Amino acid sequence: MSQHVLLRYRDVRADLRSLDNYVADGGYRTARRAVHEMKPEEVLQTVKDSNLRGRGGAGFPTGLKWSFLAKGTGKPTYLLCNADESEPGTFKDRDLMDHDPHQLLEGMIISAFAIGCHTAYIYIRGEFAFGADVLNKAIADCYAKGYLGQSVFGSAYSLDIHVHRGAGAYICGEETGLIESLEGKRANPRIKPPFPAVYGVFGCPTIVNNVETLACVRHIVERGAAWFKGIGPESGPGPKLYCVSGHVKRPGTYELPMGTPLMDLIFEHCGGMLPGRKLKAVIPGGSSVPILKADECDIAMDFDSVVKAGSMLGSAGIIVMDDSTDMVAALRRIAHFYHHESCGQCTPCREGTGWLEKLLIRLDEGLASEGDIATLDSVAKGMLGTTICVLSDAAAMPVRSFLQKFPEEFLAAATGRSRVVAADATAAA
Amino acid sequence: MAKVTINAKTIEVPDGTNLVRAAEMAGLEIPHYCYHPGLSIAGNCRMCLVDIRAMSTKQPNPLPKLQIGCNTTVQDGMVVESNNPRVIEARQGVLEFLLINHPIDCPICDQAGECKLQEYYMDYGRYHSRFALKEKVDKGKVIPVGPDIMLDQERCILCTRCVRFLEEFTRTFELGIKERGDHSELTLADGKQVDNPYATNIVDICPVGALTSREFRFQARVWYLDATPSICAGCATGCNIDVDLRHERIYRLKPRFNSEVNSFWMCDAGRRTWQRNHGEHRLIGSYVRGGSEFVESDPHEVVSRAADALKSHRRTAVLASAHATMEEGWLAKRIAALCGNGPCVVVSPASSEIPTDDKLISTDRFPNRAGLVALGFTEHTAPPEDVDSILMLRADVVAADEDRWGMFLEDMGETLVVADEIGKTMAYADHVLAAGSHFETDGTYVNRGGRLQLFRTAVAPPGRALAGWQLLAELLARLGGPRYESVDEIFAAMCTEIGLGSGRTHASVATSGVALADWKQGRAAAARSEGAGAQA
Ligand SMILES: Cc1cc2nc3c(=O)[nH]c(=O)nc-3n(C[C@H](O)[C@H](O)[C@H](O)COP(=O)(O)O)c2cc1C
Ligand code: SF4
Ligand code: SF4
Ligand code: SF4
Ligand code: FES
Repeated sequence: MSQHVLLRYRDVRADLRSLDNYVADGGYRTARRAVHEMKPEEVLQTVKDSNLRGRGGAGFPTGLKWSFLAKGTGKPTYLLCNADESEPGTFKDRDLMDHDPHQLLEGMIISAFAIGCHTAYIYIRGEFAFGADVLNKAIADCYAKGYLGQSVFGSAYSLDIHVHRGAGAYICGEETGLIESLEGKRANPRIKPPFPAVYGVFGCPTIVNNVETLACVRHIVERGAAWFKGIGPESGPGPKLYCVSGHVKRPGTYELPMGTPLMDLIFEHCGGMLPGRKLKAVIPGGSSVPILKADECDIAMDFDSVVKAGSMLGSAGIIVMDDSTDMVAALRRIAHFYHHESCGQCTPCREGTGWLEKLLIRLDEGLASEGDIATLDSVAKGMLGTTICVLSDAAAMPVRSFLQKFPEEFLAAATGRSRVVAADATAAA
Repeated sequence: MAKVTINAKTIEVPDGTNLVRAAEMAGLEIPHYCYHPGLSIAGNCRMCLVDIRAMSTKQPNPLPKLQIGCNTTVQDGMVVESNNPRVIEARQGVLEFLLINHPIDCPICDQAGECKLQEYYMDYGRYHSRFALKEKVDKGKVIPVGPDIMLDQERCILCTRCVRFLEEFTRTFELGIKERGDHSELTLADGKQVDNPYATNIVDICPVGALTSREFRFQARVWYLDATPSICAGCATGCNIDVDLRHERIYRLKPRFNSEVNSFWMCDAGRRTWQRNHGEHRLIGSYVRGGSEFVESDPHEVVSRAADALKSHRRTAVLASAHATMEEGWLAKRIAALCGNGPCVVVSPASSEIPTDDKLISTDRFPNRAGLVALGFTEHTAPPEDVDSILMLRADVVAADEDRWGMFLEDMGETLVVADEIGKTMAYADHVLAAGSHFETDGTYVNRGGRLQLFRTAVAPPGRALAGWQLLAELLARLGGPRYESVDEIFAAMCTEIGLGSGRTHASVATSGVALADWKQGRAAAARSEGAGAQA
């Protein structure tokens, strides 16, 4: 896409962090129009009609989520922007916040207006100090201009937005963990029901949306649901940020239409594999989703197509691996992450994540037996669908898919045969 | 009400009931650790996973994932399977996960025998560990977390029952979880100790041997203990308890569920009341004064001599402690009626320095004041007038105030003391009868809420002591009154006389007690507390 929507900062010469520049580029027109001329239900209907699906990982339809909000409770409604972005392989939200904070704020003003929220929070990953500063500056500028506060754009609508820096754990990104953390507690995910739309932060109806999701809202309301639906598959359309990392020539964040072919992403947009290397596998949606072998990568990158291929679009963190990759070592690294990040509440996740890593260390260090491979698979199986949040599944799914797709490498590790690495990697380099 | 089918058994349960409780009502068990009916739902152990085959009449579709029974409330038409192969496999998985880092030191663990981990492991366990021992996570053992409680972090399954109790019931917040993943451990909050009046309840609710009572640790194997239902005599609340004993020795008191009184809990002071029972001050023989000396005699002999002494006096007052049981109080009243219609007085001070809280502890440290008052006792702290003899029932008035009572008792022609402990009042006694404590008799108390509650004989009275009702019944007979042979006869007669209805027996007092006001009017009060929840 030569013309960026979400990554517009790349097309505009001026620094969009400046409120003046953002406004000069057409910014805040839509939010102003929404609060003055639209009814909240209209905005909500537009978002529904656009078929926008959440960009945080699960791909849940945003308009539908908003319509689940408990009504008439007499309690305030909260909008929380999930800017915790900690899924390995994912770095799009940071890009959006660092370079174009007002786009997010505008999306939040419109979304908050749609759901009748007067206090919103941006829960930003603690390590994103720069992004937090950028957002705080942008928010201060908005208050100074009357774009936020008692009377948003001079209307009767009021909205406060606060930036809350996260507490340094992956689990703070799980929406109910985020809520607990925002309340000042350990980020232990909550049991559901009740769902946040009924009982969220401070016990009030709450919507949690990803940064990219909320940024999309601005453009949907600006250009209409039909425009959005026209980009990519109708069941889950829109401009999409793909985060490509790994063994490609030009890793980075790419904005492309939803449903862009994975092979195009790798071989055109990212310039292909590193010299002399061959594609071996791709994790298409952040480290928690099942891996795809090279010959399974001929797919479109949208929610439904990736599911059809046996994996998930997740956060669109695309991790590309070439033929020099040792799958046992790679999986060990992934397992280490989930072991480190399990909050430890649920038995299968608390104990299972540690067990998986220990088995993989043994395999990787040549101390395991063949039986350990079967144990690995059954431990992972016992972690699926049995816990409070899906971190447990996120830890188990890669294990099962690696074992299923690269059994020979695990067997080699277990039986002491030489490990599979790129046969021609050194020769070709 | 909602109709729910669990393992092909259909029952009707109140709306809002969760599946663990609903299953209990159907006589089935859904294994669980973190769920406790007295606490909020945490849903973390994942032991109670069940298969929902139909959500409700309106949504007859099965749910794709297993659900936790503790956090699933019944809906009309719900169909649940809690024992199909899928559920059993998941449960085995959870158990295996629980055990990989568990020390499995059952042979030296106090919880062994009443440990849910041990129990379910035997039911569903995979007996061969697939986990390498040297890879276990090491944590702390033998950590004192308060004056009465020890923690073993390795045994802890992180169910947070204790944490929730301290957050929700005492609101003292001494314990929490630190670290995460399999390094999570139960720990004390900075600068705190679990040192609150209800602390030991966390030992009861800990489903494993992670929290142990420093008093009970290593004292007995629980499978050798027998439990007798009783009532705590520590204060006017009358918490329902079980007395755990072996070979005529009490080892511990544990709260027994009663929704109307103490729910699942009791206080620590009450929990320690058994210690006096085996203390050195117990009175184990009956005595007759011979000059300045006491001579030990056969209790029946002392009763007969005391009867003769009372007969030779004009008017006898009964001075009773509010520790006296209903049966004892009533017999004493009958005795007073035969001895010049003397006054019957409760002499226990009505309040102590111990503050009442909004939970269980009452500032009235006596278990039966309301009962004695219902029998017609009056409350006085001053000595009665116009009497020449005294029946002193479990009251050590001289210990409380020697100046006031010493002189008064010196003027009495006859002082008969019925007591379970040696006390200062005995110095003024002419006859002393050794009675069993309330752990050593059947009887009833009426608590501060007007609830009549039954306790059973847990252990036999020590030495030559006899149950209080036995001594008083014999005395009454010797004074010319009717002869009662059993405590049930006494109870029945008492109930008839004070308008509690006729034909009442101890057995007709439900295990949860009866509200006196209801009983008086013949209402079946027991029904109210029936089915209000079993032990977790
Ligand atoms: C363990 C875990 C971590 C998560 N981390 C994030 C995150 O960092 N950012 C995010 O937007 N969503 C994350 N999610 C997804 C959120 O729970 C939630 O679904 C999402 O924020 C909803 O936003 P959306 O509807 O706009 O996608 C995570 C989920 C899980 C289970
Ligand atoms: S699944 Fe894991 S991370 Fe999620 S709540 Fe349970 S223990 Fe915590
Ligand atoms: S100490 Fe016992 S009650 Fe407390 S969390 Fe551990 S297992 Fe549960
Ligand atoms: S509150 Fe009173 S009755 Fe209950 S255990 Fe404590 S002393 Fe006994
Ligand atoms: S009892 Fe239901 S999850 Fe623990």
